[in-house]
Amino acid sequence: MTLFHKALGATAALALCAGAALAEPALIYDLGGKFDKSFNEAAFNGAERWKAETGGSYREIELQSEAQRQQALRRFAEAGLNPIVMAGFAFGSVLEEVAADYPDTTFQIIDTRVDAPNVRAIEYSEHEGSYLVGMMAAMASKSGTVGFVGGMDIPLIRKFACGYAQGVKAVNPDATVIQNMTGTTPAAWADPVKGGELARAQIAQGADVIYAAAGSTGVGVLQTAADQGILSIGVDSNQNHLHPGQVLTSMIKRVDLAVYEAFTAGADLETGYFVLGLAEDGVGYALDEHNKDLVSAEMIAAVEEAKARIVSGDLAVHDYMTDNACPVK
Amino acid sequence: MRDAMPKWADLVLIPLVSLVLAFGLSALVILAIGEDPVAAVRMMVSGALGSTYAWGYTLYYATNFIFTGLAVAVAFQARLFNIGGEGQAMLGGLGVALICLSLPWPHWALALPAAALGAALFGAAWAAVPAWLQATRGSHIVITTIMFNFIAAAVLNYLLVNVMRPIGSMDPATAKFPSGTHLPSLHDLLAPFGIAFSRAAPANITFLIAIAACVLVWLIVWRTRLGYEIRAYGQSEPAAIYAGIRPVRIVMAAMLISGALAGLMAVNNVMGEAERLVLNAVEGAGFIGIAVALMGRSHPFGVFLAALLFGFLYQGGAELALWTDIPRELIVVIQALVILFTGALDNMVRMPLERLFLALRRGRA
Repeated sequence: MTLFHKALGATAALALCAGAALAEPALIYDLGGKFDKSFNEAAFNGAERWKAETGGSYREIELQSEAQRQQALRRFAEAGLNPIVMAGFAFGSVLEEVAADYPDTTFQIIDTRVDAPNVRAIEYSEHEGSYLVGMMAAMASKSGTVGFVGGMDIPLIRKFACGYAQGVKAVNPDATVIQNMTGTTPAAWADPVKGGELARAQIAQGADVIYAAAGSTGVGVLQTAADQGILSIGVDSNQNHLHPGQVLTSMIKRVDLAVYEAFTAGADLETGYFVLGLAEDGVGYALDEHNKDLVSAEMIAAVEEAKARIVSGDLAVHDYMTDNACPVK
Repeated sequence: MRDAMPKWADLVLIPLVSLVLAFGLSALVILAIGEDPVAAVRMMVSGALGSTYAWGYTLYYATNFIFTGLAVAVAFQARLFNIGGEGQAMLGGLGVALICLSLPWPHWALALPAAALGAALFGAAWAAVPAWLQATRGSHIVITTIMFNFIAAAVLNYLLVNVMRPIGSMDPATAKFPSGTHLPSLHDLLAPFGIAFSRAAPANITFLIAIAACVLVWLIVWRTRLGYEIRAYGQSEPAAIYAGIRPVRIVMAAMLISGALAGLMAVNNVMGEAERLVLNAVEGAGFIGIAVALMGRSHPFGVFLAALLFGFLYQGGAELALWTDIPRELIVVIQALVILFTGALDNMVRMPLERLFLALRRGRA
């Protein structure tokens, strides 16, 4: 190792650092805020994992108003941040306008499709993951009645509910699925008290497994289910640890992975439209030390078989979003 | 009591002292979380007033607040507390969306009056029911208007999710409005005069309509018979009735004007900025309007100034969120402190100042 080599190495390292500083990535959270224990927090966790592994830094903003969507995108793009990741379908129409103005910036949007040469659009097949946890719910239920608590009443959440109901009915055609939405305004994503009340009402109607797809409202559902001694199912992040031994499983949606991979790829991020389902491990059910006593070998066998059939295309789970209707109630 | 202070002190000095107190306290909050308050204030000022881009956002927010502030102010002249600006503006957005989407508008100059009329009608209609209940049944307007906010949210949610959303779209929002309805931004308006205004900012022609609305409200309230009756009714209901003023008519008139003004806000945010109707298009501007009207002493000029201040706070807060690590919640705390001091703690500043002025006068006499 000569001095020359060392100098060369140092220069290279410096150049790398400079490159990294130039292409600092950015993450924009939706109005729900960073710490929602669910969707936005999964994105945050992905970014933090990247930060911890690479030692890099990133810019982030929690939006306060609709008008800030375009503002944040433009300001970050003008500041040279790249790639810019946004968590939430609500950015779709704004990104369609903005993307063309910044051809050298790569954007990644999660949960909706935007077609532009510099956009990576990611959607998840939440109905497939929900189908699997629906099967598990029906098998774990003794009363034949299971519940679903949604957050805000929007098509995306009905997609969760519809996949879940199909899974339940596949195991037990006579089962009853009680469905409730927490509300009709964005406040429904952050109302754990009301989530708990809905869970209590469903328990009174005989439900003994409840699936919550409701942002931080779901925390209240899981809490009430645990207090009342019935099972619950978490969503988006793995929530099994919240009440060990009382959360049957979680329908996980790997938003964290999408953010982590985008940050890792940096400015060279591959653009295009990607649907991440069971086949791509974009969605799935969570199995860990907290719920291993709840999930029987028989359940795993049935769910794995269904998963294989969905991946191979033998079994088609209906997607609510395609025709705004659900074949089962 | 009214003559304790000269008018300029009432209109300028008290809000100014309140503001200084609020910003002083905010500086302490920023210090407490380990950030530099001077840099933060500098960033807010340059971010909200430092460029035409910044002004474009400040004026866009201010336009929203002028309409909702005027709405609260007009109702308050009749001592009616209209908390329903939020729902009225939401319904105004529905009116704008229906009009923009239903006809192939050839030019914005035709679409704008029609959309404004639709917004005002829908907003006024939403205010009419609580107004009628108050006027004839005595149901308290505060309760009914706030309930109507929730009903408006539910109605809008139902329509956007089930009826107006394009199939396959995830977002509970209408389709984009056709290009014939796109309002000119301040960039387009100022370009013929050789003024280069930022193209990206959302401020648009509605800002001029807001100023016109201020003038119009002043004319109605202080220069017409109806305005006189509204103010008389607000000052003393028994005296107004004794003078032959019909309460039902006054309550209805004041609330319809108020609802129409709140609805007009939708021309700015729905037609001017988003160019489609989204679920939370209003996002609290109806409630900010209450603070704006309180701070503006229910006078159109005061409302205008207060709306500018809140526009500044909104845009400055956005810049803080973009470029510093001050969390979103603390930016809301700063905004709330300003509202608290200018709205709720008015007497805290007013009483010592009044005593001061009285002492000065006695000294002179």
